Amino acid sequence: MSTAVETALEHSTLFRFATAGSVDDGKSTLVGRLLHDSKSVLADQLDAVARTSAERGFGGERGGLDLALLTDGLRAEREQGITIDVAYRYFATANRTFILADTPGHVQYTKNTVTGASTADAVVVLIDARKGVLEQTRRHLAVARLLRVAHIIVAVNKIDLVDYSEAVFRDVEFQLKQAARELKVDEPAIIPVSALEGDNVVDRSEKTPWYGGPSLLETLEQLPALADLETDLEAFRFPVQTVIRPQGAVAPDLDADAYRDYRGYAGQVAAGSIRVGEAVTVQPSGRTTTVTGIDFAGQELEEAFAPQSVVLRLADDIDIARGDLIAEAGAAGSNAQLPQPTQDLYAALCWLSPKPLKEGSRLLIKHGSKTVQGLVRQVISKLDLSTFADQPASGLELNDIGTVHIRLAAALPVDNYVNFRRTGAFLVIDPSDGNTLAAGLVESDHLELSAREDERYDI
Amino acid sequence: MSISISEDAIVKTAKRLSSLDALESEAIHIIREVVAEFERPALLFSGGKDSVVMLHLATKAFWPGRVPFPVLHVDTGHNFPEVLEFRDRTVERLGIRLVVGSVQEYIDRGELNERADGTRNPLQTVPLLDTINAKKFDAVFGGGRRDEDKARAKERILSLRDEFGQWDPRNQRPELWNLYNGRHTVGQHVRAFPISNWTELDVWRYIERENIELPGLYYAHQREVFRRDGMWRAVGEVSQPTEKETVETRTVRYRTVGDMSCTGAVESDAADVSAVVREVALSTLTERGATRADDRISEAAMEDRKKDGYF
Repeated sequence: MSTAVETALEHSTLFRFATAGSVDDGKSTLVGRLLHDSKSVLADQLDAVARTSAERGFGGERGGLDLALLTDGLRAEREQGITIDVAYRYFATANRTFILADTPGHVQYTKNTVTGASTADAVVVLIDARKGVLEQTRRHLAVARLLRVAHIIVAVNKIDLVDYSEAVFRDVEFQLKQAARELKVDEPAIIPVSALEGDNVVDRSEKTPWYGGPSLLETLEQLPALADLETDLEAFRFPVQTVIRPQGAVAPDLDADAYRDYRGYAGQVAAGSIRVGEAVTVQPSGRTTTVTGIDFAGQELEEAFAPQSVVLRLADDIDIARGDLIAEAGAAGSNAQLPQPTQDLYAALCWLSPKPLKEGSRLLIKHGSKTVQGLVRQVISKLDLSTFADQPASGLELNDIGTVHIRLAAALPVDNYVNFRRTGAFLVIDPSDGNTLAAGLVESDHLELSAREDERYDI
Repeated sequence: MSISISEDAIVKTAKRLSSLDALESEAIHIIREVVAEFERPALLFSGGKDSVVMLHLATKAFWPGRVPFPVLHVDTGHNFPEVLEFRDRTVERLGIRLVVGSVQEYIDRGELNERADGTRNPLQTVPLLDTINAKKFDAVFGGGRRDEDKARAKERILSLRDEFGQWDPRNQRPELWNLYNGRHTVGQHVRAFPISNWTELDVWRYIERENIELPGLYYAHQREVFRRDGMWRAVGEVSQPTEKETVETRTVRYRTVGDMSCTGAVESDAADVSAVVREVALSTLTERGATRADDRISEAAMEDRKKDGYF
C-alpha cells in the first residue's frame, strides 16, 4: 500500500446507506456486484461463491458467479434463495468507508426498510425495469421521506433484460418523478443498472449511451453525508447517558485525590456542537448553566460536535441524571430551538409488529436515554400508499404508517423529527415482552398540533 | 475512479469525524448505554485483539472512572500461554476483576467430551452459559464484528439470548437509529457487540493509532510449525504433527488468537503494527478463512454455533 492510500485512509469518512427493493428485483445481486466490482470481496469468499454457483448450475452452461450468494448468510436463505434479515456489509473506496444495510424486500419489508433507513445517509431503492414503480416502491419512497433520509437514489435494475432500452427507462423515470412529486420529495437520482452484468454499478456502461450520469458507486461517493449537512445548522443536543463520579474508583493510572470530586455527564452529541464557556439548558428541569470542560479520555477539548462521545463538566452543581437532555440555552430569539418537555406526544409511527396497535394500548416509549410509560389516546390517521393521503384510522397493523397521540406518564423533552433526527425519534416497546413494536417520529410541536388536531397534515 | 474534493467542500466539512473516530464514538455510546441499562454487565475477554480493543474503548468510555464491569474468559485449556499471561497482566494493570470459566474442568468432570478433531472452540458454549447464569450477568459484551462472517452480518448490536443462550436470527428486534432496546425477561440475557461495524482493518488501524499493546504472537516471529488444512499450526502439547506432516521453522504471525487446537498462523514478515496494517489492507483472504479450522467445517458453521449460544 502506498503512502497516498494511507493518507487517504486517515481522511476517509463514514457513509451509511441502505438498499430497499421488492422480491426478485435482484437486490442481493446488486449488493454482491457492488462488493465484487469495488474489489471488496476476498479470495476465500469468492471461492465459496464459485463452488456453490457451480453446484447449482448457476448461469447454465455459460457458468458464472451467483453474486447474491455473497450476501445471503443464513442457511434458510441459501436454501430458499431469499434474504431474511437486514445484513450489514462494509467496503471502502479511496475517500469513503461505506456501511451498507442490505434490507430484504418481502414479508417484513417495512420493518427492514425502516431499520436500514433509520441510520442511513442515503437509500438506494431498486426497481425492476420490466415492472416499473410498484406499491412497494412507493412504500420505500414514503419511508425514506418519513425518516428524512438525505438522499434517495433509484437503481432501475435488469436494464439488460429490456435490451438497454431508453424508452423503458424513460417510462420508469416518468413514473418515479410523478411519485416524487406526490410525496413532495426532491427528484431522486435515477440510474439504469444491470446488477447481473455490472452495467453502471461501479463503472459506467457503454451499453447505455443515452444515460450521461454517474454510476451508482460514483453517486454514493459524491453525496454529502448527513452529518456534513446538519452539524453546522442544528442546535446542540446531548442526552445524558450516565453520570461519571469516580469517587474512590478512579482509573488506576490517575491520581485519586485529583479526581475525587470529579463529576461529568457522559453522552454522545446528538446534534449541533458546543464549546467550553457556552450556556446550556438542562431539560426537563429547565435550569441553565455553563459548560466548563469537555473531556474525552484524558484529553480536554475546546469543542464537541455530533456524533462525538464526550463527557461534559458544568459550572453549577445541579441535579442531572441519565435521561436528562442538555441543550443549547435558548438565547433571545432562538426559543424555538429549545426542546419543550411534553406529556402529549404527537407522532408518526411505523408499525413493525404483527401485534396490532389499538387505541387505549399501554406502551413504553424510549426516547434518548429515557424510557417512560405511554397510553395511546388516539390513532389519528393512516397513510394510504396508493394516494399518499392520510385516511382516518382507529388502529395500526404490521407495515402501517400512521399518526397517533400518546399521553406520557412523564414529560419528555422531544424535538420535531424533521429538524432533529436523533432527539425527534423514539422506540415504542411492548411492556409485556419487551419487543420493539414501532419506530416513532415526533411530528411537530405539541402546542401547534393540539391546536389543529383535526387538520390533516402531511407525513 | 477519481473523485476530486473541491476546496469548498473541505471548508464546509471541517467539523466531521474520520471513519475511525465515528466508529469509536459509536462503540463508546453503546458501551455506556449497556452499562447504564443493565445491572450486571461483563466483557468477554480472551486477550484476542478484538476483546483488547473493547477493553480499551471501555477505559475511554468511563474515564476518569474505572471500567465498571468485570471481564469473563472461557479458557479452553488449550490457550496460548503468552496470551494468558497477557490477559492476567492487563486486568491487573486496569484494576478489574477476571472471571474464568474452564472447559478443562468440564472435561475432567466428564460433563463435556473431547471432540474427535481435538477442537475445543465449540466446547466453550456450556461453560460460558453456566458462568453467565452463575454470576447473573445480564449483558455480555463481545468483540464480534459483522465483517467476520455472513451470519454475524445479520446479528443486531444488542442481541437477545434465551435461557439456553440461543440466538434466533428469524426473530430479531428491529434496531432503529441509535436507540438500543435491551429489555429482557428473567433468564434471558443480552449479548452486546459495540464494534459490530468495524472491519479487521479498522481494528488494526485503531490499535496502531491508540498504541494498544497486544500479545506478541500477533506479530511476525519464528515458530515451529507444520502444515495442516492449508494453515500453519504451531507444534505444542495439543497440536502434534502426524507422521506425514513435517515440522519446520517459519516466520509467522496469528491473525486471530483462539484455541491452539484450531487456530492457524499465516506466513508473514509483519513484525510491527504498521506492517500488519499494510498486510491486512492488502490481504486477499478473510481472517477466519485464513486461520480458523472451526469455521471451515461448513458454510453455516458460525450460524450453527451462534444458535447454540456461542459468542
